[in-house]
Amino acid sequence: MTLSVAITHRFADSHLDIRFEAPEAGITALFGRSGAGKSSVLAAVGGLFRPDACRVALGETILTDSATGRFVQPERRRVGMVFQDSRLFPHLTVAGNLRYGLRRAPPGPIGFDAVVELLGIAALLARRPHSLSGGERQRVAIGRALLAQPLLLLMDEPLASLDDEHRGEILPYLARLHRTLRLPTLYVTHAMDELARLADHVVLLRAGQVVASGPIDELAARADLPLARRDDAAAVLDVRVLGSEPGRTLIRVGSGGAHLLVRPGAATSGDRLRLRIPAREVILARPQAAALATQTSVQNLLAGHIRALVDDDPARAVLVEITLDDSAAVLLARVTRDALDRLGLGVGAPVLAMVKSVAIETMD
Amino acid sequence: MSFSDEDIQAIRLTLAVALRAVGVGLPLAIGAAFALSRCRFPGRALLGALVHMPMVLPPVVTGWLLLLLFGVHGPVGALLERAFGVRLAFTTAGAALACTVMVFPVMVRAVRISLDAADPGLEQAARSLGAGPLDRLFSITLPLAAPGILVAVIVGYATCLGEFGAVITFAASIPGQTRTLPLAIYAALQSPGGEARAASLSLVSMGLALAGLLAAEACGRALNRRLGRAPIR
Repeated sequence: MTLSVAITHRFADSHLDIRFEAPEAGITALFGRSGAGKSSVLAAVGGLFRPDACRVALGETILTDSATGRFVQPERRRVGMVFQDSRLFPHLTVAGNLRYGLRRAPPGPIGFDAVVELLGIAALLARRPHSLSGGERQRVAIGRALLAQPLLLLMDEPLASLDDEHRGEILPYLARLHRTLRLPTLYVTHAMDELARLADHVVLLRAGQVVASGPIDELAARADLPLARRDDAAAVLDVRVLGSEPGRTLIRVGSGGAHLLVRPGAATSGDRLRLRIPAREVILARPQAAALATQTSVQNLLAGHIRALVDDDPARAVLVEITLDDSAAVLLARVTRDALDRLGLGVGAPVLAMVKSVAIETMD
Repeated sequence: MSFSDEDIQAIRLTLAVALRAVGVGLPLAIGAAFALSRCRFPGRALLGALVHMPMVLPPVVTGWLLLLLFGVHGPVGALLERAFGVRLAFTTAGAALACTVMVFPVMVRAVRISLDAADPGLEQAARSLGAGPLDRLFSITLPLAAPGILVAVIVGYATCLGEFGAVITFAASIPGQTRTLPLAIYAALQSPGGEARAASLSLVSMGLALAGLLAAEACGRALNRRLGRAPIR
């Protein structure tokens, strides 16, 4: 079920004009700074906020349409919400919280035991919310939302109130959830690592407007978007594990016909893996440098062509989009203007992208 | 210390009147507290002022106003008598009504503080989990306000045991019907040689008041601990 959203609203000091469509499965991240309108969008989809003009439809079901006056009450939307501050009911135990939505929902596919197992909260069931750590609370809040058998899951910066240690503790659960349940999810965040790790689709927001919307691997490699301006800008590649290399300690992964060597993790042959290749770690070379590269420590040589160049002036650098010859993937490189001029590289030029294996982040 | 039958009667009457007063007053107090804490409507300030009036008016004035309204010839009193044959002035029910009105502000305040302290975000969360308005009221709002409701009941009950001015004005001091503890103490003091009787009844009164306050404190603390909150002061 595709989620389509169109909102206009005038606040005292800002204006929202946001429309986008989120694909039926997977996580759609609403990404932007605070004040960009992310949480307002989420609240409007959940029915907790009624903008001046608003149309929200989930597949064939219209949830809000201010033009016709249709408004489905939040309690009848079957939209699960996970809030930044978890909002567990303090007078109920963890089990009581988990069953709150379950008891009120029509029978659905998401079982109590499965959720408890998925989120690792079996040991917490008899406890009360105030005795839990922030990370535990958020896991319970996620479980509670899932057990209400939602057709759509809304998560409003679920990790923002946690410190790094607890974020690290909860991220794998979110990734697992995403893989096992395939529930359409809107995920509000302003953290790059969450975006790279979890998102399938991104809606970039700035000052109440949609800047761009599309699959994460496309948007992350777009040199003209604000994502690329960040110091931690990186291309995101979804690859398949091909196997370990005989006699070597790295594993081979493939995106289409392009192969890379990365450090091994828990993933085994055939698994899907997501790679993050930081723009500033990519070295550009003329194609004839391939012969020389065997004499260096660089493990990955990827042949491609320059698709676009965008000046990244504050850093006196240029952002370079590189389409790979053997794959649909696009890489992003940040190099100095001086280096490009010295090599005489321009749009359309064949180029070799060199990436050290240690520079590639793998996320499973 | 010995009690006459009349004293025992006064004590039992007092406890019964307070029970009726709190029983009738509590749902209304919860309703008023909810309206004042959660709803925005024209006349909200006026409602707040009216609810708190008995706290600042001299009790004898409140009693007299009740007499004007609910007396045999008052607009409400006459209507009640004609429609249901119910008479409030100078009856036990009237004593309970006077008590209800007098402790109403205290009860509303206690519930309201508790409602104000409850995070409205929790009700939103309940909503997103499929709970409708009544469902939310009973599964979230009232349980979260439980410490305040309990305090309202205990403090309300204890305060009822001591109501004097409004009760004597509206319900008079009829032994066995409206002569509650404070009225009995007053009557004892007015009769020659009644000091000993007044003293023993006063001790009972003090004991009840103290027990009420201690119970309120203990219950409020225990409930708040259950909810993982600091005690409401």
